[in-house]
Amino acid sequence: MSTTIASAPARPPRSLILWAGLILVGLHVATGLLSLVWLPYEPTGMVGMRLEGPSLVHWIGTDRLGRDLFTQLMIGSRIALVVGIGAVAIGAAIGVTLGILAAFASKWLDDALAATLDILIAFPTLLIAMLVVAASDTASLWSAIVALGIALSAIVARLTRILAKRVLVMDYITAARTSGSSWPKIVAIHILPNIWPTLSVNFALQFGLAVIAEASLSYLGLGAPPPNASWGRMLQEAQGTVYTAPLGAIAPGLALVSLAIGVNLLADGLRDSIDPTRRAR
Amino acid sequence: MSLVAVDKVSFGYTASRPILDAVSLDIAPGDTIGLVGESGSGKTTLLRLLLGLATPDSGTIHFDGSPLDPRNGAFMRQFRRQAQVVFQDPYSSLDPRQTIFSIIAEPLRSLRLAGDHAAMVAQALEAVGLTPDAATRYPHQFSGGQRQRIAIARAIVPGPRLLLADEAVSALDLTTKVRVVELLARLSASMSLLFVSHDIGVVAALCRRIVILEQGRIVEAGDTATVLANPRHPYTQRLLASVPRLTLNEAST
Repeated sequence: MSTTIASAPARPPRSLILWAGLILVGLHVATGLLSLVWLPYEPTGMVGMRLEGPSLVHWIGTDRLGRDLFTQLMIGSRIALVVGIGAVAIGAAIGVTLGILAAFASKWLDDALAATLDILIAFPTLLIAMLVVAASDTASLWSAIVALGIALSAIVARLTRILAKRVLVMDYITAARTSGSSWPKIVAIHILPNIWPTLSVNFALQFGLAVIAEASLSYLGLGAPPPNASWGRMLQEAQGTVYTAPLGAIAPGLALVSLAIGVNLLADGLRDSIDPTRRAR
Repeated sequence: MSLVAVDKVSFGYTASRPILDAVSLDIAPGDTIGLVGESGSGKTTLLRLLLGLATPDSGTIHFDGSPLDPRNGAFMRQFRRQAQVVFQDPYSSLDPRQTIFSIIAEPLRSLRLAGDHAAMVAQALEAVGLTPDAATRYPHQFSGGQRQRIAIARAIVPGPRLLLADEAVSALDLTTKVRVVELLARLSASMSLLFVSHDIGVVAALCRRIVILEQGRIVEAGDTATVLANPRHPYTQRLLASVPRLTLNEAST
């Protein structure tokens, strides 16, 4: 029998997680930025035969209208990043503010807010987003982003409220009050830093959700209108030819998954590197 | 003149059952008072009222001759500097995401006290028996007893005249407890101490006066030695009888 004590389940080193996340996200950011200044082909031009396979001319082939898939994929990176960052930023701004207010509110107001949030969360994110888009004049990328941000904010608000309440009962909050710290200061230096690790992981998940939800909105004609080639639109358009030319669906699918994984790894890595209790002891 | 004058203070979360019922208590400058009572007797509530974290339903609290009014910002800033608290649970009283320096410097920053904060923090750390290099570390790198010393350092750094200790040694193991009690005894030479505890042994070692609280009422108060030698109230007698004794009669210090 070995006398060594069983170690904790192996977890990849922190730096590896952070670097994998940085590389994946960095790749998409670089592609998205590059698409602003250079594209292999005119994105809407029928530059090849229909449904070509991969070749040196068209790296991952063409779609059913003969447009270059790689060109669309590059534009899709840009749209996905804008949608993800925009929706999460809006959701975080509204959600964290509401959540903190609810945590501080009187019992009556807190109960009312909590019930409202529960009802909002019971609606599918997509349905709320559709309502918001429908309420705005025209479907555009921005209306989709605002819609998704508002839909996500309910989830952020509920999480923030619970996390903040848990911190509020700690003795160090009372100690901060007897030290003369004002409530806004206590929120800034004690509450937000202590709820941030959990929130940031949630933001990363929601980034992925937002990108997928935008794809769904595009599919319904409520997202970015053409010629914005979002990955969701690409997936939708490849649906009919998925057996004859599967790459048209696989490529945007892989792009979506790689960005979502990258953002999650990045969030994990960043959380670990700023958390003093997870740093080397 | 007394530093703190509590006059017929009552407090309750519901009207029918008061937590505190007409409690009166004076703390003189330099006094060490042990506030003893069971769980639920109102000790912590009284402490919250004394800190201005809650206001009494009736009765008054004066600090240094002025009424304790949480809405009076200017007064409260002066008051917070002079009255500080140490909590029971050293694992909950230090923000895990702040360095020890930030934790101890918080009263200095928030109360906008003048002076070299780095030097004041180093001095406070030294006063509680920790080395100045602790300042750059985080709470999880310290043991329970060390954390309690850090909490005490935070409490003494603004130079208070009154230190409130809420079961401050109850969560510590025996040898650590003795050391922290010694530290509090040393500090009580330069400030008033209200030591809330259910541990009558520690109170006997630390406090000159004792106040016994039962169900929100003060049932007995006086010199610790007198009260413990000759307890008059049945509750005090029961409390003393319930103290575990060693068969070997060790010299108590």
